[in-house]
Amino acid sequence: MKVWMRNTAVKIIGLLIGLILLGVSFVMSIRFGFTKISWGTMQAALLHYDESSMDQVVVRTARLPRALIAAAIGASLAIAGVIMQAVTRNPLASPSVLGVNAGASFTIVLFITVYGWSDMRALVWISFAGAGLAAATVYVLGSMSREGLSPLRVILAGSAMIALFMSGTQGLLVFNQNGLQDVMFWLAGSIASRDLDMLLTVLPYLGVGWIAAYGLSGHLNLMALGEETARGLGQRTVLIQWIAGVIVVLLAGGSVAVAGPIGLIGIIIPHMARYMAGQDHRWLIPYCAVYGAVLLLLADVAARFIILPEEVPVGIMTAAIGAPFFIYLARKEMKRK
Amino acid sequence: MKRMVNNRMPLFGGHQLHRPTIRSVIGLVLGVVLVAILNLSLGDQRIGFIHAVRALWGEGDPDHVLIIQTLRAPRILVALLVGAALAVSGAILQGVIRNPLAAPDVVGITGGASVGAVAFITYMPSAVSIHWMPLAAILGAFMATMLIYVIAWRQGVNPLRLVLVGIGISSLLSAMTSFMLVFSPAYSASSAYIWLTGTIYGSTWTHVAILLPWMTFCAILMCFYMRPMNLQLLTDETAIGLGSHVQRYRIILILISLCLAGVAVSVGGVIGFVGLIAPHVARKLVGPIYSRLIPVSALFGAIVVALADLVGRTAFLPLDIPVGVFTSGIGAPFFIYLLYRSRRK
Repeated sequence: MKVWMRNTAVKIIGLLIGLILLGVSFVMSIRFGFTKISWGTMQAALLHYDESSMDQVVVRTARLPRALIAAAIGASLAIAGVIMQAVTRNPLASPSVLGVNAGASFTIVLFITVYGWSDMRALVWISFAGAGLAAATVYVLGSMSREGLSPLRVILAGSAMIALFMSGTQGLLVFNQNGLQDVMFWLAGSIASRDLDMLLTVLPYLGVGWIAAYGLSGHLNLMALGEETARGLGQRTVLIQWIAGVIVVLLAGGSVAVAGPIGLIGIIIPHMARYMAGQDHRWLIPYCAVYGAVLLLLADVAARFIILPEEVPVGIMTAAIGAPFFIYLARKEMKRK
Repeated sequence: MKRMVNNRMPLFGGHQLHRPTIRSVIGLVLGVVLVAILNLSLGDQRIGFIHAVRALWGEGDPDHVLIIQTLRAPRILVALLVGAALAVSGAILQGVIRNPLAAPDVVGITGGASVGAVAFITYMPSAVSIHWMPLAAILGAFMATMLIYVIAWRQGVNPLRLVLVGIGISSLLSAMTSFMLVFSPAYSASSAYIWLTGTIYGSTWTHVAILLPWMTFCAILMCFYMRPMNLQLLTDETAIGLGSHVQRYRIILILISLCLAGVAVSVGGVIGFVGLIAPHVARKLVGPIYSRLIPVSALFGAIVVALADLVGRTAFLPLDIPVGVFTSGIGAPFFIYLLYRSRRK
């Protein structure tokens, strides 16, 4: 594969450019929208907050939480995607395609509608449980063939799990139609009108996921060579697959708990990152984190402007960008074989 | 890929009497009748079997006659027809794509039909007759299929590529559907959502009238194309050697398949996995020859949907659970089982 950046200095510059883009899109996310916020107001709201100014209240209670959530979730989903692709050695793997997001959504809807839970701290764990269940099932089904994890089987198992969880979710919503419109928006993947507390509840888990992912990056490099080779080089492959699974569950499950299933970030960004920075996961994971955050921030800003004054759920935006990309990859993969 | 045909199978005739087929057809027809009678008599208000059948002809208690003739009879007919249409659509598709995992819902056909139908529900003024809805759904299915086919085309269509591209297009289509749902007024969103889950709640004779012409048309078409259909089961080279225009017939068959799926979706919504299960069971019963497979899968699909609807209608009274929840609940594990079974390949 062609790689843009070969030496370390260029890779660091690439990461710095990413961070600048992150800053720019963060500011855009705060400033642009139905109410346009001036520079002065933004600074005032951040530095010396005045509750009597309407615009400043918008910044503090709506825009800032939203931008932070977008950045955190974009980064998490992109990292989850790159880990899944390394472990399954399948370029099409990502939390949404393999049903992890669908599993987390199902368990959340289950506990909200049937048991009436609304406490975020509990829902996070419910979300982890659903994500873990889906990931484990898909992993087991996908790895049952003779040659280990087969790309097509993993994808097919994922789409079966998605169908299963979707129909379960739909069944639950039929039982409980009152909140349908709210849940509909959440189910399409949205980061609008979430408050900062929700993010703060999941942030510790996401943080652990990020750090653990970086710690695992050296092992992921070896896993990407193939299970046999990795084992030959002294890797405890099963242990690494388990740890990788837990990280994916933390990152994807935590993201779904806050924002609903936002699809296909985990498939676009890792490929972009690999194109820029090569195959080394010690670089890939920071790249994915930064550019994943940028993509979700920008997608969210764009989602506010497509049909003013209404907003498109950002999950629909990412699906619209990501699906053509998925198809392109599917075609390319088939050619290689 | 397993070869679906061995040399001794009668590819060209297939009309001669075949014991297992006859046995299966008789058994399944009895099954259909049984499920139909159960469906007529059970429900919110129980009506005895004999009373139920008599009420069908307008005899007996006028209340019963009303319930049976206007509510239950059209609903059971719609269930049977939709099930048969989905099953046949899946049977054709599995043969053409030569992949036992291909089903209208997996490869994006139902996704396209949903986009067409939801667009019709949300954007068409209510003055436009509901009779046009199948056309919208078929058009959606057609465009989705064409898109998938064109994108997957590279010197012919490779089944595997078709499935992968189909999954990609499906996620795009479901994004479009949820876009329309989120921005439609609440009442139509909720009705469209229930419809998307796959339900035949509130079926009337109008729905039967919508289904019948399309299905008759497809059935007649299939009788004409029975021979080329059987040839699709061979490898491309063999079929071409026998003088069959493989790619042309493949397109015609896919058109029939998506026509059936489209009309079924427009009436019953996304009733998942019927198109996957029914052909599999039918193939186990009578083998892969189309002229036997299609009637048997049609009957089996009809029974599955009618039975799932019976359970959804009666098990959680007074709630009416969409039939699609049950078929997916059975179908997705079945799909996983198929994956498990094929692990040695």
